Amino acid sequence: MSGRSSPSGRPLAPYLQVAPLAFIMLTMVGIPLVTVVMLSFWEFDGIAVYPAFTWANYAEVLSSPVTLTLFLATLKYAFLTLLATTLIGFTCSYFLVFHVRNLKVQIGLFLLCTIPFWTSNVIRMVSWIPFLGREGLFNSMLIKAGLIEQPLDILLYSDFAVVLTYIHLFTLFMIVPIFNSMAKINPNLIEAARDAGATPAQILWNVIIPLSKTGIALGSIFVVTLVMGDFFVVRVMSGGQSASVVSAMKNNIDQLYYPVASAMAVLLVTVVLLMVTAILRVVDIRAELAR
Amino acid sequence: MTQTNTPHRGLAFYLLAAFFGLFVVFLYGPMLMIFILSFQGPTGGLTFPMHGVSFHWFGDLWSSSRYGDLGGAFRRSLVLGGLSLVITAVVCLFAGLAFRHRFWGAGPIFYLAIVSLVVPGILLGLGISQLFQLLGIQLSWWLSGLGAHLSWTLPFGLLIMFAVLNRFDGSWEEAARDAGASAWQVLSYVTVPILFPGLIAVALFGFTLSYDEMPRSLLTVGGNNTLPIEISNMTTNVTTPALYAIGTVTSAVSFLVIAAAFVAIAIVQKRRARAQKG
Repeated sequence: MSGRSSPSGRPLAPYLQVAPLAFIMLTMVGIPLVTVVMLSFWEFDGIAVYPAFTWANYAEVLSSPVTLTLFLATLKYAFLTLLATTLIGFTCSYFLVFHVRNLKVQIGLFLLCTIPFWTSNVIRMVSWIPFLGREGLFNSMLIKAGLIEQPLDILLYSDFAVVLTYIHLFTLFMIVPIFNSMAKINPNLIEAARDAGATPAQILWNVIIPLSKTGIALGSIFVVTLVMGDFFVVRVMSGGQSASVVSAMKNNIDQLYYPVASAMAVLLVTVVLLMVTAILRVVDIRAELAR
Repeated sequence: MTQTNTPHRGLAFYLLAAFFGLFVVFLYGPMLMIFILSFQGPTGGLTFPMHGVSFHWFGDLWSSSRYGDLGGAFRRSLVLGGLSLVITAVVCLFAGLAFRHRFWGAGPIFYLAIVSLVVPGILLGLGISQLFQLLGIQLSWWLSGLGAHLSWTLPFGLLIMFAVLNRFDGSWEEAARDAGASAWQVLSYVTVPILFPGLIAVALFGFTLSYDEMPRSLLTVGGNNTLPIEISNMTTNVTTPALYAIGTVTSAVSFLVIAAAFVAIAIVQKRRARAQKG
């Protein structure tokens, strides 16, 4: 944001203009998050919460062997989803940017990928049920094709269903930033590489992938935070058999164990922020975005 | 952007096109399936085959009391979406204009908005509900619920506003000011009309993100649920195609709103193109 002279000529204007946003962000994000951190240090006797400092909630969460299992399960989901969405997102963006020649067609196909973002995630998740179920379309197709005799049970209400749903819901968060990075690549660079005798594989590996890194990093941040923040997909699509950190936290909330839930939340956010920092270490997104 | 110089399409093109096509089928296929299955006959189940075609399950949604207060939830979600649309567009417009200047606190406000996107929604819901309870304010869908929705729609709106303003030439405003326009006249006759297509996009995010929001709403709406909460309760309780029928209804609303936004943007841009030609 450049420092042009203020529209009204008074230095006060930006403060007035940003005041509503600042107020809502403080009251609905800043202070609530502080509340959660505070709550994680308050005493809890199983019935009520008392404003007295204690480490007990953290001790309870950290000493429980379930916590590590939950974190590992959540990281497994995040890793599998990240891998798949990166591959799919990169391939689709690559096709759109470098193989679709008509700009209008390109924008149209790009919008086709993004429209589901504006519809309900719950419904998009539900829509896998008639496909994956025991009597679902996929099983009946496999039986008709003679590939299997008994319907497969692992399709729905399994880790497979959970990860598949994540991929379905979150791939567009990968496509949009990678598409943006790729669209900014100067065609002359690829031309130059080709003239210098680079094979298509070399162009991909040495030119396009390095220049798409910002998009991949941004998309990774979205996908990792979305998967690690989910409780609903893992609960429904695993049929209650699997859990993640947030779904366990949600159980604590349902039982009104707010301080324990808060302590778990603080731990989770710490882990997520560490991962985001690690991604930012690889790519300086702020510098790249300013390009 | 279109730098494939060879006149003919190579094998790579067809492979990639096939991959992309499969992805689109993967993206829309399941949704299409539940739209079809929502017209299942009265004796039909959750999967194919179709036992006749009927509107039975749509009627069931409104006549049966098994599904809770769907009508009320639908109304509340529409009102919340409308409020979010207006507030997101107005707040993000002014915030975007403010961020063109250096001002004290710009960094923290921006990072707070990014944190709001990154933090798990249910955690923010917990924070808002606990804060309201500590302050002794009753949870309600139109205050704490609306606030939770805005914590989700405003950061998206702000980022889009940044992108829109990136391509906005401030010299138009300066010209208007030099011609003697007041701050209000500059805003209403120059800035807003030029930014209008971008503002429609911000408004689209404001409505749809609020209308479909579930994790942040769960703990903050108090006693009266929004539609996504009712639907997510149905996913575990309802084992009839009524679940698909409500999915079709709510998706139809989303698609109508998306189409309205796209058409509005297209109309504005066509008018401009015509005006430019003379």
